[in-house]
Amino acid sequence: MFIHLKNVFYTYNLHMPFQTEALKSINIMIEKGEFIGIIGHTGCGKTTLLQLIDGLLEPTEGQILIDGIDIHKDRSKLKEVRKRIGLAFQYPENQFFEETIYKEIAFGPKNLGISDDKIKDMVKNALAMVGMDYYLYKDRSPFSLSGGEMRRVAIASILAIDPEVIILDEPTASLDAQSRDKLLALIKNLYQRYNRTIILVSHNMEIIAELTRRLIVMENGRIMMDDTPRKIFQESIEKLESIGLSLPPVTNLMYKLKKIGKPVNSGILTVEEAKEEILKMVKKK
Amino acid sequence: MKFSRNITIGQYIYQNSLIHKLDPRVKILTTILVIISLFLIKSWFGFSIIALYLFINIFLSKVHPKFVLKGIKPLIIIIIITLIIHFFTTPGEVIYHIWILNITKEGIQRGLFIAVRLFLLIVATSWLTLTTSPIALTDGIERLLSVLKFIKVPAHEIAMMMTIALRFIPTLMEETEKIIKAQMARGADFESGNLIKRIQNFLPIIIPLFINAFHRADELAIAMEARCYRGGEGRTHYRKLMISIADQIFFITTLFVILIAYLVVL
Repeated sequence: MFIHLKNVFYTYNLHMPFQTEALKSINIMIEKGEFIGIIGHTGCGKTTLLQLIDGLLEPTEGQILIDGIDIHKDRSKLKEVRKRIGLAFQYPENQFFEETIYKEIAFGPKNLGISDDKIKDMVKNALAMVGMDYYLYKDRSPFSLSGGEMRRVAIASILAIDPEVIILDEPTASLDAQSRDKLLALIKNLYQRYNRTIILVSHNMEIIAELTRRLIVMENGRIMMDDTPRKIFQESIEKLESIGLSLPPVTNLMYKLKKIGKPVNSGILTVEEAKEEILKMVKKK
Repeated sequence: MKFSRNITIGQYIYQNSLIHKLDPRVKILTTILVIISLFLIKSWFGFSIIALYLFINIFLSKVHPKFVLKGIKPLIIIIIITLIIHFFTTPGEVIYHIWILNITKEGIQRGLFIAVRLFLLIVATSWLTLTTSPIALTDGIERLLSVLKFIKVPAHEIAMMMTIALRFIPTLMEETEKIIKAQMARGADFESGNLIKRIQNFLPIIIPLFINAFHRADELAIAMEARCYRGGEGRTHYRKLMISIADQIFFITTLFVILIAYLVVL
């Protein structure tokens, strides 16, 4: 899969007194197997961008191409797009409406007109992907679950349609530490073991630094930077700070050590890397 | 899918005008009096007086008449249906005959009369909502109803419920749109299928919407209690309603106009 956003603009309430330009001349190319992080301030257009990629909004200007085909040229193609791209909104558990978890997860495949036997397998797979036991959970009400479990079931309901690209908008918002770690392990697994393309929006720089391979920084409806997280967190610190974004805690620590003249590398992304660097520094003495 | 754009009921248009500055209680009372008079008046002369009165009110409020007409639009079908029913069902002098139906002269007269009455009713009520902010309106209703406290009318509670309902209309709209998109992302299709299928398709929107609304109501109740909300007893208002001379003049003029419209038969 090859997603290409070509000079995309999006304006809310077009031709109304309160129209607002949410996105301005966006150009992105997404290759199969990428793990992309998107960061930016609240209201910078992240969520709008995600909805455009999933074909839920039509760009006011520009084109969105998937495999070289404009997705808005033929409206019947949109369902196909949504089958290939799974989008989990913020707080996805707010869309629950079925009486059992099985039915909740089967909603997506059913909409795509898949036969009942096949749906069963898909539900099983989806639950397995989020690390939940099929027989233990299938007949329970989705509303009886804990916050973390709800979130995982909600994500399973997206995975059930077997999308090639998975888009997650703030998947860890308001989860406790344990549920968050579980969910992050699961997302990592989707990328490494199931080879899915993943687009992740988060305000948590630690998560972004640890997981993503490519980072898009947005500011005021435009793309400000598009590079590897290491490069951005190493070379564009002032730029990030100027738009009110912070560094991941470990990166910040190493950056400050370097600033006071310690012989360490900056642009460190994980605790593991930081440990190595600090040990090296101590040994040098 | 966008719903938010199509809702115009109870729309408030801000203008700096005499009418906007009137006390909401006076406006509510005069509107009620005008509505009652519209049911009592039996003459075309009376209607034209009321119509003139409403026209002057709208003119003074500086609200563009197109907003008033917009309020009538959704009810035009009802007006036409009543018109047609009266044409055919009133006994009297037959002037036109189609198949087994007779159009009578009295029918046309009565039908037109009722249509004009409906039209004026809508104009009178939309004049009220166009020139009074929802908050002022509920405030006015609360004060008017509190007169009935001795027969245990919960005036403050009614007003609070109205305020909360008004406050949450835009929130619920936004939420509906979000849920629609989320279900579309799961492959839901709201635009095709027969009628029954389409109604079924709305379940995945309505159920989450209700669940979230209940959650929100719960949270709101707790938040209000946390700030010591205890109902209307001994509660003071930020904006004190006061009857000014302008209010008195307006009210007396309205009474006068209504009396002329009702009593003078030409």
